[in-house]
Amino acid sequence: MTQLALVIDLNTCVGCHACVTSCKEWNTSGTAGPMVDRNPYAAEPTGTFFNRVQSFEVGSFPNTQTVHFPKSCLHCEDPPCVPVCPTGASYKRPEDGVVLVDYDKCIGCEYCSWACPYGAREIDEQQKVMKKCTLCVDRIYDQSLPEQERKPVCVLSCPTSARIYGDIHDPESEASKAINDAGGYQLMPEWGTEPANHYLPRRKVKITVHQEDLQRADNPLRKEDRGPRAPSTRTTLDDSTSW
Amino acid sequence: MAANPATKREIKSTTCYMCACRCGINVTVEDGEVRFIQGNPEHPINKGVLCAKGASGIMKQYSPARLSKPLRRKRGVPRGSSEFEEISWEEAFSTISERLQQIRETDPKKFALYTGRDQMQALTGLFAKQFGTPNYAAHGGFCSVNMAAGLIYTIGGSFWEFGGPDLERSRLFVMLGTAEDHHSNPMKIAVAKFKRNGGKFIAVNPVRSGYAAIADEWIPIKPGTDGALLLAIIHEIVALGLYDRDFLLQYTNSPDLVIVNPDSDEYGLFLRSDLEVEQTCIEPANKMWWDRNLNKAVYSHSDAADPRLMGEFELEDGCKVKPAFQLLRERVTQYTPEWAAGVTGIDADTIRRLAHEMGITARDEKIELPIPWTDAWGKEHESVTGNPVSFHAMRGLAAHSNGFQSIRALGILMTILGTIDRPGGFRHKAPFPRPIPPCAKPPSSPEAVQPGAPLEGMPLGFPASPEDLFVDDQGEAVRLDKGFSWEYPLSVHGLMHNAITNAWRGDPYPIDTLMLFMSNMAWNSSMNTGRVRDMLVDKNDDGEYKIPFLIVCDAFHSETIAFADIVLPDTSYLERYDAMSMLDRPISEFEGPVDSVRVPVVPPRGDSRPFQDVLVELATRLKLPRFMNLDGTRKFKDYKDLVINYETEPGSGIGFLAGWRGKGGEKFMRGEPNPNQWEMYAKNNCVYQHELPRSFQYMRNWNRGYLHWAQDHGLIRYTDPVNLHLYSEVLQRFRLAAEGKRKGRQPPDYLRERVRTHFDPLPFYSEPLETQTIDKDKYPLNAITQRPMAMYHSWDSQNAWLRQIHAHNYLFVSPRVGVQNGFADGDWIWVESAHGQVRCMCRFSEAVEPGTVWTWNAIGKASGAWGLDGKANESQKGFLLNHLINEEIPSKRQDYRYSNSDPITGQAAWYDVRVRVYRADDNEPRQSSPQFDTQPRVPGMEPARGKWQAFVKGLTK
Repeated sequence: MTQLALVIDLNTCVGCHACVTSCKEWNTSGTAGPMVDRNPYAAEPTGTFFNRVQSFEVGSFPNTQTVHFPKSCLHCEDPPCVPVCPTGASYKRPEDGVVLVDYDKCIGCEYCSWACPYGAREIDEQQKVMKKCTLCVDRIYDQSLPEQERKPVCVLSCPTSARIYGDIHDPESEASKAINDAGGYQLMPEWGTEPANHYLPRRKVKITVHQEDLQRADNPLRKEDRGPRAPSTRTTLDDSTSW
Repeated sequence: MAANPATKREIKSTTCYMCACRCGINVTVEDGEVRFIQGNPEHPINKGVLCAKGASGIMKQYSPARLSKPLRRKRGVPRGSSEFEEISWEEAFSTISERLQQIRETDPKKFALYTGRDQMQALTGLFAKQFGTPNYAAHGGFCSVNMAAGLIYTIGGSFWEFGGPDLERSRLFVMLGTAEDHHSNPMKIAVAKFKRNGGKFIAVNPVRSGYAAIADEWIPIKPGTDGALLLAIIHEIVALGLYDRDFLLQYTNSPDLVIVNPDSDEYGLFLRSDLEVEQTCIEPANKMWWDRNLNKAVYSHSDAADPRLMGEFELEDGCKVKPAFQLLRERVTQYTPEWAAGVTGIDADTIRRLAHEMGITARDEKIELPIPWTDAWGKEHESVTGNPVSFHAMRGLAAHSNGFQSIRALGILMTILGTIDRPGGFRHKAPFPRPIPPCAKPPSSPEAVQPGAPLEGMPLGFPASPEDLFVDDQGEAVRLDKGFSWEYPLSVHGLMHNAITNAWRGDPYPIDTLMLFMSNMAWNSSMNTGRVRDMLVDKNDDGEYKIPFLIVCDAFHSETIAFADIVLPDTSYLERYDAMSMLDRPISEFEGPVDSVRVPVVPPRGDSRPFQDVLVELATRLKLPRFMNLDGTRKFKDYKDLVINYETEPGSGIGFLAGWRGKGGEKFMRGEPNPNQWEMYAKNNCVYQHELPRSFQYMRNWNRGYLHWAQDHGLIRYTDPVNLHLYSEVLQRFRLAAEGKRKGRQPPDYLRERVRTHFDPLPFYSEPLETQTIDKDKYPLNAITQRPMAMYHSWDSQNAWLRQIHAHNYLFVSPRVGVQNGFADGDWIWVESAHGQVRCMCRFSEAVEPGTVWTWNAIGKASGAWGLDGKANESQKGFLLNHLINEEIPSKRQDYRYSNSDPITGQAAWYDVRVRVYRADDNEPRQSSPQFDTQPRVPGMEPARGKWQAFVKGLTK
């Protein structure tokens, strides 16, 4: 069984928000749109985004980490948002594991967003329906697009390739390999939701300097020592003894 | 993709302009409206990716802040009140050209043209020169000119458009200060790849923001002290012998002998041999080395010579000389890691470790590429080698008054590590490397400006000696911004940040007309914003404005629009032709020259017109020579026509675009104009890329094959090797003049000390100028700004999507600062400098060096500007730090003030400001201060948008 998902590499995400606005740009005019904005040019602007980057600090100065954490619907394998939906609008597709909302059935009751432990759902305050990441289902199967573009648009736009897309049930997929290789993890596994999206942790590189490395025979300073010495300015035995 | 089969869908390639990065984009247009903008996978800059801004271009295109009609300030209404009436383009053109004609026939320097972008200088510079005014520059002077000048005067190239870190092969990458907004997508792509390849990334920055977030190590540093850190690292590397001696001997001026007799008039100049040399703009190859074996001075670069880098020697005539490297060694003796620790706030062991990591990685992880090449002296090499340590830096280092010398130190560190134009280190991009300094020179006397004639010389250039300064007989400035004067001799990008103040004061002279393009001088692009706004409306006793006529060209309703006498509505980037020209700052890659174009994908909104077409029209009406045929008829229909038909000289074969030249597009770089050049670019992703043979891709300063290729293709005039300036004889010439030891031009007496101090041929550390005059106990904190990634190098935070990411800004402070000053996270506080104060909200942060406070720049907007509601967050909670920064600093001369800038380059010293912070009183308004009257909308703008926006393919519901 296929389970499509995103694997997000926190080791390279710089928090640039390319995924955030490219998602909005594609989807507002796509099948999941529009993505409505309230007060777009006035005080306290706010709107629908399927994907947001949360930035936070960990630790205290000077041992501080600045973490950029992109978050969208995690397409849980056991999504708590589905059973609570009174109209069946919220559903998980058996063929690829994508969790979707049928706007025609949604009554905007927001039960699903109460049930989602990740806060990944957004009510469209104008249309009064629940909206969320679709993994760009209107791109990933579109045969009119070149094959390399049949991916969620956030994946295509990401400048640091921090978003890997694929079937996490296929052990040979790039996504599965990334999870295996780099210690990919799920958010709040204790909730038993089995989120399909995974995160790759920060990894640090260190350089070890050995003291011996600082003292080498080919040290260029030695070049400056050698060479002819200036004659002594004082009398030597060589000047005065004649035998 | 198109849901409705009747939908007419097209995908068109062009070039992004949401910032200055210039990524390739594919724009999907459905039924004439923009549906989707995506990165072009075929484009060398971004390889298919895009950033938050690029993906929000659609909100720029359909922004309610767009201007659509030429406007004139209503008669009888004071300037700044933003009351306009629509006029026709014909009226705008005739009004402007009549006025400019009058100026040009009498005194062309009374017209000043300053532009916010410095990637359009091929045309704007041509216009200014042909008009005959020296008063022209782009924004480089207040952005990062120290980085351009500091490195170009040291290694013959610089970062961003000029060159960059080879992260493909690097093992250690050090990023100093805020630098993310330059070359942002390519740098993100490269840094991510570098990290995946297991390299170590060190970020030196007062703030852990930007790419520093993913650095393996963050080194918090006090602002403005980078020079001290770099000098201490050089100290350690020299002391331990971790430098690349072979590289220094052959490719730098390290072994060249410098005269050190203190009494000599040639003190500090290189010892010159009796070799006959041609006097050109190239440094003559008649220097001398001290040979180890012969123990005497020999011609430099002679075959058998084995030069010394250290020691002091005496010539037969008693003249004392030292190799340049010895002088560097003596200079850095004082800069111990312990000393630097006290200046930078970084402990000495860490500084030492950084030096060791750099030196050992450079030495022990050498790269060898199986690429044979021949050097400029004819020696054949079997391979290209490199030391995999690389750096990147931009405004963080540059925007200090000591920035030039700090950046010289960076260039020297990169040089002694042996990393210049080698794999894994720094690599140039065409047309760099260029001679040190490049050959183009500014005019050198007031005679260069003549009524009714083009300017003699280029408006901007690279002085190599006092003779190249643009001063009069008294040594005073000819330019309005005092560029290339003794105050800022190497101001290679001009000083746009002082143009308004100088014009207002009439020092060096009053002007008549100021034309601004895409630059927000009444807001975030000026220091001392409130006062500059006052200057724009200030009048003489006779009731005339001190700056009599102000023309503003912009696509958007900026704060500066309010002050215009004439507003010219520009198009968006999706509506026009544009050239990322080889004559300007192209988008070249390490592997060879690249340039690109924009082509319109949708028609212009309303009556907006591309600024470039406006300039071509004005130039034609003014009959500027290069815009006219010999018979006096119009030469160029519009900018599109000019781009393909203009040649730098008649028949030169060099024009705006390098690709598909020649009648049938069969030539590149040099070739006669091709009538189908636009179509050929359009067919090829709007980009032309030439990949050099691999043997020409490295060591280009000294690569005979490359230098000959570059000469053949019109990039450079001379094929002489470009040796790196560890020691800057150029700077020493200015110093000798200041000391009265050099014949020729002398600085005015009041500037002698300033020039003598700062024109040091070796890098040195000094406190930033403003800091030297400030009571540091009263103002204990450094205040700096950075740009958030979603707004790097962009100029429109009114963007409906991007403003939801940053609608207002906070002052970020260490919690310790809050505790000491009695305020809590989220409180309203006052930030006060010796110059002014702002009220804003604070946020506690552990990711900032505790002696520093900082904010996101240019988020704050004036009420009503940019198509925003008068009560939008940008004006009510957002703020500009600019109000705290004076554009001038006191001098020792009575009643005289210098620009708040680097005394060498005129780089605006944004990051020198010091402040104190305290809690705002409970009964004060919860609103940022200062506030300005709400700026009304202008005719031609669409009405304010409503509460909801449901955007679908160009339509909002």
